[in-house]
Order: sequence, then structure tokens, then C-alpha cells
Amino acid sequence: MLRIFVVQESMRMQSALAVLSLVMTWPAGIEAQGRGDPVQQRGAAATATPRVAAPIDLTGYWVSVVTQDWRWRMVTPAKGDYESIPITLEAKKVGDGWDPAKDEAAGEPCKAYGAPAIMAVPTRLHITWQDDNTMKVETDAGTQTRLLHFGDWKPQDGPASWQGESVAEWERGRAGRGAAPRGGSLKVVTTNVRPGYLRKNGVPYSGSAMLTEYWDLGSEPNSDQWITITSVVDDLKYLRVPYVTALQFKKEVDGAKWDPTPCSAR
Amino acid sequence: MKPFKLSTLVVLAVVIISGPAFAQFDLGGHWSRRANQDDMESGPGPDPVDYLGLPLNDEGRARGLSFQYSAVSLPEHQCGYLPPFYIVLGPFGLAIDRVLDPVTARLVAWKIGGWVDRDVTTIWMDGRPHPGANAPHASGGFTTGVWEGDTLTTYTTHIKAGMIRRNGAPLSDQATMTMHFTRHGDLLTARAMLEDPVHLSEPYVRSRVWQLDSDANFGNGLAAPCEPINELPRAEAGDVFPHYLPGTNPFVNELTQYYNLPQEAVLGGAQTMYPEFRKKLAGYQPPAICKRYCGCGGLGVACITDGSGVPQGGR
Repeated sequence: MLRIFVVQESMRMQSALAVLSLVMTWPAGIEAQGRGDPVQQRGAAATATPRVAAPIDLTGYWVSVVTQDWRWRMVTPAKGDYESIPITLEAKKVGDGWDPAKDEAAGEPCKAYGAPAIMAVPTRLHITWQDDNTMKVETDAGTQTRLLHFGDWKPQDGPASWQGESVAEWERGRAGRGAAPRGGSLKVVTTNVRPGYLRKNGVPYSGSAMLTEYWDLGSEPNSDQWITITSVVDDLKYLRVPYVTALQFKKEVDGAKWDPTPCSAR
Repeated sequence: MKPFKLSTLVVLAVVIISGPAFAQFDLGGHWSRRANQDDMESGPGPDPVDYLGLPLNDEGRARGLSFQYSAVSLPEHQCGYLPPFYIVLGPFGLAIDRVLDPVTARLVAWKIGGWVDRDVTTIWMDGRPHPGANAPHASGGFTTGVWEGDTLTTYTTHIKAGMIRRNGAPLSDQATMTMHFTRHGDLLTARAMLEDPVHLSEPYVRSRVWQLDSDANFGNGLAAPCEPINELPRAEAGDVFPHYLPGTNPFVNELTQYYNLPQEAVLGGAQTMYPEFRKKLAGYQPPAICKRYCGCGGLGVACITDGSGVPQGGR
């Protein structure tokens, strides 16, 4: 009787282990059949060009949806209005002396359209791939062009410019058990910018400012697609702490509303 | 040694494989708000009739203009909460805790702590359905969440009617909210989209950034007890509800006087959210100098607010 019990228990144990084995290997098997081997996928992504390997598609026309900081973005705020920006006393001195007529006379109406500020300017974006390693972001407000360089590209340390030099990389979503990474973000670090304004009313950033951005893509229940840019401006000269904002853009079906306009100092 | 039972092994297997199927991040902890956007609205509060960038429809605008601040002094309104959308509007940080199943230790929910004016928001992660259309609405709404790659996407229904701006811009109890949380290092970003078929003509979308802050002291993340009392002697009679009749709101021109903004902008509407609205603002002249809420407080110096060159006040 005891022997029969032991045999039966042993068979049940074997069956249980078989079930356990089947259950534990099943998801990985399904993943491998349906979406390819994750390890191979990661390897392929590593060898593909940044354009091909893009985990998210940011190309197309996008529009700023200005529901935040309206009074400081849609119109030029009053001189001396520094609300929400962690400026230093030195920055305040510069801002208190803001004179748009002087900027116009100096041929510098684009000071508020540099990389640390341009994504907060109400604008449309046209995002394309210039080549396999370079993403181009054009704005119709101020008619600016940002070039985001992937791969082994290194800053050229040439003359500073409004849009500076941007190094880009994809940040891939972490993979779950047996699955390939899903989604991801674009990280962009911009340096070598020409000194300009964080706001139209002369709140300054210096030439040593560094802009770090994280671009995320998301869809809404109504099928709208949105880009959210988490933007961090570091500037030891004019900011007490990093200036951190989140900016949002909604996808448009085409470029019908694309309306290039020149920079304006006012 | 006592042998395992079949059922034990199957349960064990299910527990093992039912861990995170896709990428996730830890939402738990204390997150301090980065006060670099709309600091005036979040802190001291917006001006009375400031609907700039709000996609209000005619009904929403009319209701907003009828709002009188004394209304929140009525006993039945004193302990009311602002809707969950206030997560991306209010001045506070987030205290987020995980709720684990006591048996399996699996994540059941994230709980975003409340404050004096916002109720707790529980994000259910266990796949439970939303309640039926006739279920009671709660101050914190009913929220479910799913991971989409590295993004936590949440959906909220069953909220109570309230405000989307602390100046009476209204929100109905038919509104729904979708939020997307992403994390980059110690920064947490949320984009929230509010849809309200009663008061909004388009979705209202706002984004916000918090920073992980292990030194933050957010208390227990729960709202303080609230005990309503009679604050308005006139209201004791029970027949007074503070409001403005159509066309009588005395603050309707205030923003225009402060900032030279046209009333078409001040009264909001979906058109005010888009860049092309700036064409209607052509020729705009800002005030000569900032006179209020100028952002000098953090510098430890007063702002110059009257053109005299002499600092006048803190903010």
C-alpha cells in the first residue's frame, strides 16, 4: 500500500514538473515565434543605422499646444518678469537691462530662438531624417533648424550658434523576461550655444549653458499622437538650479498649417 | 521531506512567470515638483478670470464666469477636493506608494498620496474593470494603469465635478483623464489629457516634471481631517449661493488691465492654445515693467515693480 502511494506520488511529481517546465518556457517560445529572438533583435538594432533602429517614429509635422506658461510664451512678457525661472542675481541684472531695440540694431532678433528656448516658442515642428545619422528638426517660428547627430558624431567645437551642437541617442525600453525591448526615448544633449534668452523679455542663458532633452512619444485614446519633451537647462552663470520644463506637441496630418516666420525681438 | 502537491507547483510557476512582462520602472517614492512652469497658478493661484489656453466651450465659459470665490466657503463645499487632474496643476509633490498583494507580493496598485485639497489617487494595476456608468463618483476618481513599454499609462473615470483651474473654470463629472508617466533618471514626467464633453471643446493637455527627493517630507500623504463650519453669516439662512449672474462678473477685465491682453484671449477657447492665435495678438504691447508676481522671491531680493528702480516687494 505504501509502495503504491509512493509510485503514485512520484508520477504526480513528474507530471507537475513537466507542467512547470512547460509553463515556464512557454512565453519565451511564443515570443521567439511571434517577434523574433530578442537577443538577435538587440544585436540587429546595434548594427542598424540610428534611422533604421529608431524605436519611435518622431517624423512628421507637430504643433505646440500652449496650455502652460501662456502669458510668458504666447506674448512677450513685461520687462522684469522672471516668474518660474530660477535665475541668479547676475541674470536679473541682464534681464533688467533688456532692450529689444538694441537687439534689433545689433542684428540679433533670434536671441529668444536658440536651442534652450526654441521648443517653448509656440511653433510647428517638421521632423525629418537628413541622413541615416542625422535627424532634422525645423521650426516655422523663427525659421530655425536643429540637427540632432547620432552615432559617433562628436561636437565640432566650431563657432557657437543659436542651435548649438546636439548629440542624440536612442534610449530603449528595458526588456521584460523573454521579450524584446518595447518603445524608447530620444535623448539629446546640446552644447556650444550662442548666448541668448530663455524668454523673449531678455531672461538670459550663457554660452556655457547645456540643454538635455528627453523626447517621449505617446498615443491617446482618441488616436492623437503627442511628443513630450522633458527639458533641462543647466547654466552655472545664470541659473541657480537647472531649469526643468515639460513641453508638448501634437501630431498634425500634414504641413498645411506650416507657416515660416522670421525671428522677432519683440 | 514532504512532497509538493501539483497545485502548489502550478501556483509557484504562475507566480514566477507573472512578473513584469515588459519594461517597468519604480514609481514609488517622494517626488518634488519642479516649479519652473506656471508657478503663479500652482502656488498663489491664477487670476479670477484667466482662461488663457483653456479649451472651454461656451457652456464652460459661462459657468466659469458665474463662479464666485465665496462659494467654496459654504459648508457643503469647504471639504471638497479638486479633481485628480490637480496632480499636474497643484503646488505639491507626489508621495507614491506601492500596494502589494499580501499573499503573492505582486503589485496591485500605485497609490498617489493626497493633500489638503486633493484626494488620494489609486492606480489599479491588477486588470480590474472600471465601475459601471451608474456607480458612485469619488473625489479621487477610479483609475487603472497599464505599462506601455517604459511608460505607465493611466485612465481615470468616475471623478466628481470640480475645477480645472483654481478660479472656477469648470470640470464636469463626465470628464475622463489619461496620464502617461515616464522616468528619466531621477526625473518623472507626466502628460495628462482631460476630456470633458460638457465643458471642453477639445482635450486639455498639461505636462509636469517632478524630481526624486529622498529628503522630502510629505507627511503621510493623506489629506488632513476637514470639519466644515459656517463662514458666511448670510449663508446660514440657507438660501444664498454666491455667484455672478451673466454679464456681471467684475473681474472679467482684470487680466486685460494688468497685462494688456485682449478679452478674446482672456476668455479662452481651443483657438488660444495654438501658435496661429498669435496673429490675433499682432501689435501686442506688454506692460512697461513687471508689477506683480515677477519671480524675484527665490533670489532673496525684492522685485522692482514700478519703474522707480527701487525694489518694492517679495514676489
